[in-house]
Amino acid sequence: MGEEVKKSRPAPDPNSAKFKLGQIAAKAYSDAMEAKARGEMVGWCASNFPVEIPETLGLYVCYPENQAAGIAARGGGERMCNISEGEGYSNDICAYARISLAYMKAKEAPEQNMPLPDFVLCCNNICNCMIKWYENIAKELDIPMIMIDIPFNPDYEVSDAEVEYIKAQFWDAIHQLEEYTGKKWSDERFKEVMEISGRSSRAWIEAASQAKYVPSPFNGFDLLNHMAVMVTARGKAEAAEAMETLLKEYKENHEKGVSTFRAEEKYRIMFEGIACWPWLRVTSTGLKSRGINMVTTIYADAFGYIYEDFDGMCRAYANVPNAMNLEHARDKRIKLCRDNSVEGVLVHTNRSCKLWSGFMPEMSRQIGEACGIPVASFDGDQADPRNFSEAQYDTRVQGLMEIMEANKGGN
Amino acid sequence: MYTLGIDIGSTTSKCVLLKDGKEIVGSSIVVAGTGTDGPSQALENVLNSAGVVREDISYTIATGYGRKIFQGADGEISELSCHARGVHFVFPDVYTVIDIGGQDAKVLSLNDQGRMMNFAMNDKCAAGTGRFLDVMASILKLDISDLEKEAAKAQNPASISSTCTVFAESEVISQMAAGTDLPDLVAGICQSVATRVASLARRVGIKERVCMSGGVARNAGVRNAMSKELGVEIVYSDMAQLMGALGAALYAYDKAKDSNPTVS
Repeated sequence: MGEEVKKSRPAPDPNSAKFKLGQIAAKAYSDAMEAKARGEMVGWCASNFPVEIPETLGLYVCYPENQAAGIAARGGGERMCNISEGEGYSNDICAYARISLAYMKAKEAPEQNMPLPDFVLCCNNICNCMIKWYENIAKELDIPMIMIDIPFNPDYEVSDAEVEYIKAQFWDAIHQLEEYTGKKWSDERFKEVMEISGRSSRAWIEAASQAKYVPSPFNGFDLLNHMAVMVTARGKAEAAEAMETLLKEYKENHEKGVSTFRAEEKYRIMFEGIACWPWLRVTSTGLKSRGINMVTTIYADAFGYIYEDFDGMCRAYANVPNAMNLEHARDKRIKLCRDNSVEGVLVHTNRSCKLWSGFMPEMSRQIGEACGIPVASFDGDQADPRNFSEAQYDTRVQGLMEIMEANKGGN
Repeated sequence: MYTLGIDIGSTTSKCVLLKDGKEIVGSSIVVAGTGTDGPSQALENVLNSAGVVREDISYTIATGYGRKIFQGADGEISELSCHARGVHFVFPDVYTVIDIGGQDAKVLSLNDQGRMMNFAMNDKCAAGTGRFLDVMASILKLDISDLEKEAAKAQNPASISSTCTVFAESEVISQMAAGTDLPDLVAGICQSVATRVASLARRVGIKERVCMSGGVARNAGVRNAMSKELGVEIVYSDMAQLMGALGAALYAYDKAKDSNPTVS
């Protein structure tokens, strides 16, 4: 009998964007852990809260959404959902919320630990479920909740009145945090953070836009991994540097005619919705095995914020995908489809995200019609593995592929 | 030249044997789906009925839920494309196909050439599928084939408002206890399936003519309710359950021709 031969993986290149981004994402958690151990205050922060505020104040924050995604991707989603459901939370509630509420109770998750918070920073520009989720954490742990209300915008553009409304709340949040933590706001430091965040965002958006080339120099699933840094560390200098490295690598890939998509790119699609983290490999393989590259997704672009001043920052946070009206959100996606030569759209009907999944049937219909491309959807969940069926996913992806093939004139 | 299509569903296995891409020389349906010996039985039955041996078959395409694990095929194509192709072969003027199978429901939009251009499928729930009717028939102690006859006798169809199969089961039991007539109950159950799938159809867009395929299409109670719900005539073939296998056999013929262009 022959001996099993294990293939050794080459050591990761410490100068590669992948390595740097992985380090930054991991460091965000370890820094917060160390800060807590030193006796510093640590916050939990919503992913679309203006991260520039805690960064400027020099506060350590962790991101429950990012933690929940990590726990779900590493197989702990069901266990954590069961804990919060045992506490009385309905399984109709967002699975990120259920995982986070479970973590608050269990205080431990081997897939991704983080320190318990001394304050929570909430912003409802992503969804309103977040308000009740954070309120419950604040109440149970008896800690302050800093709330910024950025309501869904029914108009196409952000009005000056909305900017004023948000600006007043941003300053209020800053003053509350100054008072509670003893840290002081510095306009100079804010300027630096804003510039770094802008650098990160510009590099990130430009890197994602390299999918304009056919074939794309990267596998779109890379974006789902790398965006963790945009969520948790976009205001940090090392994040800007790593994003610039990523952009450089994608440009080089194009010049050399190589790609991180390790298959022949036969079809190009836009993926719509939050990733199905518990089934990331299955959803990725279902596409790659058919030569389908997910070249673009609004989910990645959503974490690139570009603005020039404090008012611009207020406007940028009012213009995030889940807060903008259907027509504006549709037009942004149509642009992505056209810029990236997309041939079909795959929509994740995500049981956790009622808001996103609620507007998608009509929006995706309009996108498909405007671009003359097929749209298919599948049921799943961003973090609860019980809401996904591999066979159903496979049939729908194959159906989408067969339409794209027929549109090319094949069988 | 013989080509074979085998449609391995969740509850049944179906085969269609085609001669020269035109003539159906054999078909079989076995009520046993993927993970059972249903596929091999269906294959054996179709070969026996047509007097053909495996070696005579130039190309085989598998479709349906079990398409990937069936060993005897040369290729596999989704049941979405196969149903579209099969229906177009029988009804060339159909633009919308409503297919209700054992555990899924799908609506397909076809172009002039019978190619699928768009589709929608039920969500991860058995309501509006054959499984829903199986459960209801079992509660009512009826054979699935009796539902049609009972529904035809209804005077005042009952309202089944629950979309969830489990909740609908309780609702049906409550109505039985309250003395609702059996035909009215059955008609209500058929109406419930039609209402749910009609919403899916509207999402894709209804373009006449409309055809129903799949096992549930055999039930006139559901067909009539669907026609009324959508306000269109629904065409139907006795081969409704075989449309996927037929489409697969047609695709198999294309493949066989591609690999050997000298045959017609």
